[in-house]
Amino acid sequence: MSSRNSAGAPGPGAPARTSPPGGGLAGSGSLWGQVAKIALLGLFTALGVWAALPLYVGGNWAGIAVVAAVLVLVYWVYLSKRTVPLKYLLPGVLFLIAFQILPVLYTMSTSVTNFSDGHRGDKEQAIAAIEAYSVTRAEQGREFGLTVATTGDPETGELVFLLTDSDGTAYAGDIEGLRPLDDATVDPASGRVTEAFGYTVLTPAQVNARSQELEEFAVPVGDGAGIRANSLSTAYEGRATRVYDAGCDCVTDTSTGVVYTADDERGAFYSEDGERLAQGWRVNVGFDNFARFLFNPTFASSFFTILVWNIGFAVAVTGLVFVVGLAIALTLHVPRLRGKKAYRILVVLPYAMSSLAMYLLWRDMFNTDFGLFNQLLGTNVDWLGDAWTARFAVILANVWLGYPYMFLVATGALQAIPRELTQAARIDGAGAWQAFRHVTLPMLMVAMTPILIATFAFNFNNFNAVWLITKGGPFPPDDPSAGATDLLITYTYRMAFSQATAEYGYAAALSVMIFVIVSVMSVISLSRGKALQEVDR
Amino acid sequence: MTAATRGYRRSTGSAIALWSARFGWRHVVMIVVAAFALFPVLFVVSAAVNPVGTLSSARLWPTGAGFDNAADLFRNTPFTTWYANSLFFAVANAAATVFLSALAAYAFSRMRFRGRRVGMVGLLIIQMFPQFLAIVAIYLMFSTVGEYRPEVGFDTRWGLLLVYLGGALSINTWLMKGFFDTVPRELDESAQIDGATHAQVFFRIMLPLVTPVLAIVGLLVFISTINEFLMASVFLRDTDAKTLGLGLYQLVESQRNANFGMFSVGAIMLSLPTLIVFWFLQRYITEGLTAGAVKG
Repeated sequence: MSSRNSAGAPGPGAPARTSPPGGGLAGSGSLWGQVAKIALLGLFTALGVWAALPLYVGGNWAGIAVVAAVLVLVYWVYLSKRTVPLKYLLPGVLFLIAFQILPVLYTMSTSVTNFSDGHRGDKEQAIAAIEAYSVTRAEQGREFGLTVATTGDPETGELVFLLTDSDGTAYAGDIEGLRPLDDATVDPASGRVTEAFGYTVLTPAQVNARSQELEEFAVPVGDGAGIRANSLSTAYEGRATRVYDAGCDCVTDTSTGVVYTADDERGAFYSEDGERLAQGWRVNVGFDNFARFLFNPTFASSFFTILVWNIGFAVAVTGLVFVVGLAIALTLHVPRLRGKKAYRILVVLPYAMSSLAMYLLWRDMFNTDFGLFNQLLGTNVDWLGDAWTARFAVILANVWLGYPYMFLVATGALQAIPRELTQAARIDGAGAWQAFRHVTLPMLMVAMTPILIATFAFNFNNFNAVWLITKGGPFPPDDPSAGATDLLITYTYRMAFSQATAEYGYAAALSVMIFVIVSVMSVISLSRGKALQEVDR
Repeated sequence: MTAATRGYRRSTGSAIALWSARFGWRHVVMIVVAAFALFPVLFVVSAAVNPVGTLSSARLWPTGAGFDNAADLFRNTPFTTWYANSLFFAVANAAATVFLSALAAYAFSRMRFRGRRVGMVGLLIIQMFPQFLAIVAIYLMFSTVGEYRPEVGFDTRWGLLLVYLGGALSINTWLMKGFFDTVPRELDESAQIDGATHAQVFFRIMLPLVTPVLAIVGLLVFISTINEFLMASVFLRDTDAKTLGLGLYQLVESQRNANFGMFSVGAIMLSLPTLIVFWFLQRYITEGLTAGAVKG
């Protein structure tokens, strides 16, 4: 951190501005500051090298360029004297760009594609998967001992087959093809590879987790033939029954004779009678994803029902916590009330409990068979099974968790209002309610409005509040995708992560729509508030 | 209030009537509110010490006391690992966020540079797109990162922490900037005239003066991280990598009735750090929470 004069006064009589040896590094500051700075830069360089090494091994030059660019940027910012504000902003901004802004942009670009389970990669990958999936055993096909491995992380790394043929020769086969494997350890008993340099051997559980991928994986060995897994420990060589022909841009099934033609609009192969091959590819679909939620009768009806409930939920929770919190604050806002401190601790308690655990607790208190409410009331109500009681339950739990915050804020705001004001109003003949309504409340609202807006925005996307209590349910019998208590965010999450097929394109489109909705609401509330003025102070 | 005035006029002779008009109803209201605030907490404590350990046998008031549930939790689940994971994320994220945010707030509050206004407004706008809306993109991003460096991929502490730090500059930075603005400029100007560098002004003068806002931002981040579910559920799938919150979720997901006693012990343990932090920071809490608000 440079600029300005030396702090540790270099000693009596020393000229004020001689530049010490070390060029740009030794600008100024105390010795310790300089040491810390050099150490941090060194550490950061080491991190950069650490990140670049596997990129180099994998031949990812674009990745290396990014790492190098970040390193150069960091060096420039911390060695130049003209970048003082950046020295303070850069660390946070780097994280912000990498893990918030880039993902947001990526989400936006995903929202105009058909990215989903059946449309993951590009067209070539789809063709490879179709051919591999259709490999059936050839009559004189070779058999191999199989060990499933990856080139990196067990869960996401690229699949590799470590194979041994009947002679005991080891091969490694991936999507590119088959090649001999020299330094592999082969277990003499089973005849399978147990270890090989550069590969991570998967445990049976890890293989199981990726079974779907394995179904669509075959090592191409040329001429439409491929090696496919037979079980966890054996593989066979076979021939693809579905073959791609670049001439007609179609896939022909050699056993049935059906021809599937590529449809580059929809990103899949279709036969004449509209039958589709499961493996498709990612294509740009423009605003189709958005259109589905806005105009398709079924989806539009669930989308708008959810939107209305979503707004209603956020309004109800914000309003209720405000009223309850303010009422408690007013009740305690009186001098010489005995036990005030004890009351304060008791009513703030819900805020100090873990909200995650408390949501789960509320869910179980509403349990039909064993829950506390039915036990205490002697009833047998299926609280979370009916749309309106479930909505009531979700709101009640959130009021319980949310009012202490409002109470704390309202107490602080009340204390900032001079008592003389209300007293003056009372002397002038105003009743207690009038004094509150026309003097206290307006002053209170000045302080509380930003908090209310923030609370509304928070509850609008309060994933835990709904997911942990009802998971969005109860669901109407004919539509398991949109439940009565679903917020837009839980609806989105289910679409991407909690369904039989992951619909990333639709989920991204929904995310963008939530963004637009929240933006519009924020712009309206901000333009009426004064928050932005603070920038110019 | 109306009741209070009426009582005041009528009961000039009776001190008891005066007291009940002025304070009595307040006590009644507060007892009702305290009961509402307390009963779920009472229930979870009662269930935690309930020797049978099922949801159906748990009562609002404890029917017996034992540590069987706690013992089961330690024996049957990797509780200590989960707990350590939760605390790691909460402490590391709170500390790093406070530091990164304070650095940025210092620049926004004390320096005038090109892009300052754009930066501050941009920070507000990016808040409207909460990080978890981009969860699909983050998931896909980290499947690639994990291929190159499994050390920061899924099921690791560093990977998820990095993602959390993406949200370090946020509305908290605004809150801090507002607080920094209340420190008189003359203080750091005089220090700079005396030869202090901007770094020394930041570490030696500003930071000690804004402790309340640092404490409150740390507390808020701590609480939200320890209760974070969405990102953690996508990132941490291996049993040993889970946080306590995820672990508890999984515990009652599989056996809602039978595991409730264990869950209750875990719920109390998960709340304990927050309760402790709250207790020690309570003098900052009202001050800090309202700092941004009262200034409007």
